[in-house]
Amino acid sequence: MTEQDTVVVLAGGLSHERDISLRSGRRVAQALRDQGLDVVESDVNSGLVELLRSLDNPVAFPTLHGGVGEDGGLQQALALLRVPYVGSSPTACRRAFNKAICGPLVAAGGLPVPQSAVLPHDMFRELGARQLVEALAERIGFPMMVKPVRSGSALGAAKVEAPGGIPGAMVSAYSYGDVNIIEEFIAGIEVAVTVLDLGDGPKALPAVQIEPNSGVYDYTARYTAGATRFITPADIPAEQAQACAEMAIRAHQILGLGDISRSDIIIRDGQPVFIEANTAPGMTETSLAPLAVQAAGLDFGDICAQLVRIAKARL
Amino acid sequence: MVSEIERRQDTRLDQYVDFYAQRTQGLTVSAVRALFSVANRPEVVSLAGGMPNIKDLPLGKLGDEISQLICERGMQVFQYGSGQGEQFMRDHITEVMAEEGIHSHSDDVVVSCGSQQGLDLVTRVFCDPGDVVLCEAPSYVGALGTFLAYQVEVVHVEMDDYGISPTALRQAITSLRAAGKRVKFLYTIPNFQNPTGITQPVSRRQELLALAKEEDLLIVEDNPYGLLALDTEPQPALRALDADRVIYLGSFSKIFAPGLRVGWVLAPPAVREKLVMTQEAATLCPPVSAQFIVSHYMENFDWRSQIKVFHEMYRARRDAMLAGLEEHMPPGCSWTNPGGGFFVWLTLPPGLDSQAMLARAVSARVAYVPGTAFYADGFGSRNMRLSFCFPPPDRIIEGTRRLGEVLKAELAMRATFGIEDLPPRPGLVPGPAPDIL
Repeated sequence: MTEQDTVVVLAGGLSHERDISLRSGRRVAQALRDQGLDVVESDVNSGLVELLRSLDNPVAFPTLHGGVGEDGGLQQALALLRVPYVGSSPTACRRAFNKAICGPLVAAGGLPVPQSAVLPHDMFRELGARQLVEALAERIGFPMMVKPVRSGSALGAAKVEAPGGIPGAMVSAYSYGDVNIIEEFIAGIEVAVTVLDLGDGPKALPAVQIEPNSGVYDYTARYTAGATRFITPADIPAEQAQACAEMAIRAHQILGLGDISRSDIIIRDGQPVFIEANTAPGMTETSLAPLAVQAAGLDFGDICAQLVRIAKARL
Repeated sequence: MVSEIERRQDTRLDQYVDFYAQRTQGLTVSAVRALFSVANRPEVVSLAGGMPNIKDLPLGKLGDEISQLICERGMQVFQYGSGQGEQFMRDHITEVMAEEGIHSHSDDVVVSCGSQQGLDLVTRVFCDPGDVVLCEAPSYVGALGTFLAYQVEVVHVEMDDYGISPTALRQAITSLRAAGKRVKFLYTIPNFQNPTGITQPVSRRQELLALAKEEDLLIVEDNPYGLLALDTEPQPALRALDADRVIYLGSFSKIFAPGLRVGWVLAPPAVREKLVMTQEAATLCPPVSAQFIVSHYMENFDWRSQIKVFHEMYRARRDAMLAGLEEHMPPGCSWTNPGGGFFVWLTLPPGLDSQAMLARAVSARVAYVPGTAFYADGFGSRNMRLSFCFPPPDRIIEGTRRLGEVLKAELAMRATFGIEDLPPRPGLVPGPAPDIL
């Protein structure tokens, strides 16, 4: 970084996770300012290109969750504009964000994932919902998870216990997008593993164990302080912790992710199962990646600043 | 070296989590409320927010005169004041109430930080945990939040086209008292009710007052929209028809400036005394500077003509919304036809869930408030509140067009899955929020 460099922390956007993104952005911006960096905060809107062009040496730090911030759209635009940015390439974002693509890719790389089916809403209309619902009940079984393939923060996700719950859960999830994934429900210990690559290869930070008071790690449990118990490093046997770390690094590599990612994993009967990857992990006061950074004995602001330097060096 | 186990952190990220009062249990982050964050972007037509549209206020002149006011009387403007509110402010408040037929004395007025705080004071003075407050079904989200904060049990009473139903009200009182419950008051918004837009005709008001007398029931009348009658003269307030049984809440937020947070309570003397002491305990005094500004405005500007200007603006918006709904809503929808205020209440065909489909609406760049926000008991999923006060008429029509598309897509989805109707279920945790008031 030079004195003229400006970090543009991008937050907001038009996705359903805008509110969380704004919180992540504010925290990252403050952490970078505390490191002495020159920081401006910006939404992703029609004024962004002009802003980036007005700065001598901008480096973007996207903290957008969902939508163009995670599906590669924003990263592609920044690449076109020749603005270095923190995070994964557009292609890697596309692979990781869409659950319909991410799961099979990671499974093909040898990692266990839940059994699943991906269905656009058109299929139900064209083939008849009743038959497909019956087939889902038979093939996936109960309980099952219904999720939009392109969404985060558990928005639109629902656990379904019986056939009668499928239609309502499907309709709610389709409110967030045209395609849903229906997964086998994995019962077990929920952990999140953040992977950092500071230029010397991806390394896993200590796993964060998640125990929501309500039993469900939904949007409220994620973002209400006090609603979830976080244990870091996770209170699991060392070999399980090691297996989770290896799984997160492997997923990071299979998907071609860069800089920072977070993998959500459930340990079932001692064996980790990969659930999903996040290319723009939450950075709020209740988010998992900052907890992992702290547990690793690292400084959050220093890590953010290092990621900016690495991004700058990639140009 | 410290081992991983020794430095293991076990945290809920809130060191006070075991210390909070029981009444904070519902104060959690909500995915539905978070969606309103997107509604603030200019790409989205927000039919959600109930923010008064103050674009027509003479802001330049006001700015100059307020500046002069501070220069000339700053020692008073910026000083503490009376817990009851300044005498000059209370005098002006009686003038405003006279517009709706209320004859009052300034001694009986308590100035509050918006009528929202007035309601808070009234609830604090009257309600213990477990007491019952009767409300219209549906009712103002901010009031429900206040009642729940005091651990009051909210019982909704059915409405018809003329407001709260006296028959249903009597039944509710009878059954609640038979069950040993203490019914403290009826909370009602008689004019252009938030969220339905429904207005009680005079005959209904008289019925309610007669019933209140028979049942020895106190009425808390919340009247923020009374002077925003777009088609007729204002109706006489309940308080104008009965001075003893009604506590009246008023506000400058809709006829002048919501940011000043000046409202008031008009109450019988015994109640007023308690309200003043409660106000002093809560805030010492309502904001003095805001009372100076409001009073200056009333003395030096033609505030009555300004309200007529507001009428023109809101009428064009109301008409645009009704025309847009007529053109774009799919069959099976119905909606209220408000004669004033800010809101239209839309009822959806069976099977649609306004809360579940909000994400789809936000993706389509239109926002509304799901009906569940206005019920404390899980109803309202087939309703939504549409606000016409803020966007310009062409944007309102565009918003109804987008909403129509969302409803059609949602109907198709429901048909695909054979969902015909939905049971009531817990809705939003009610509470005041600037983007949904």
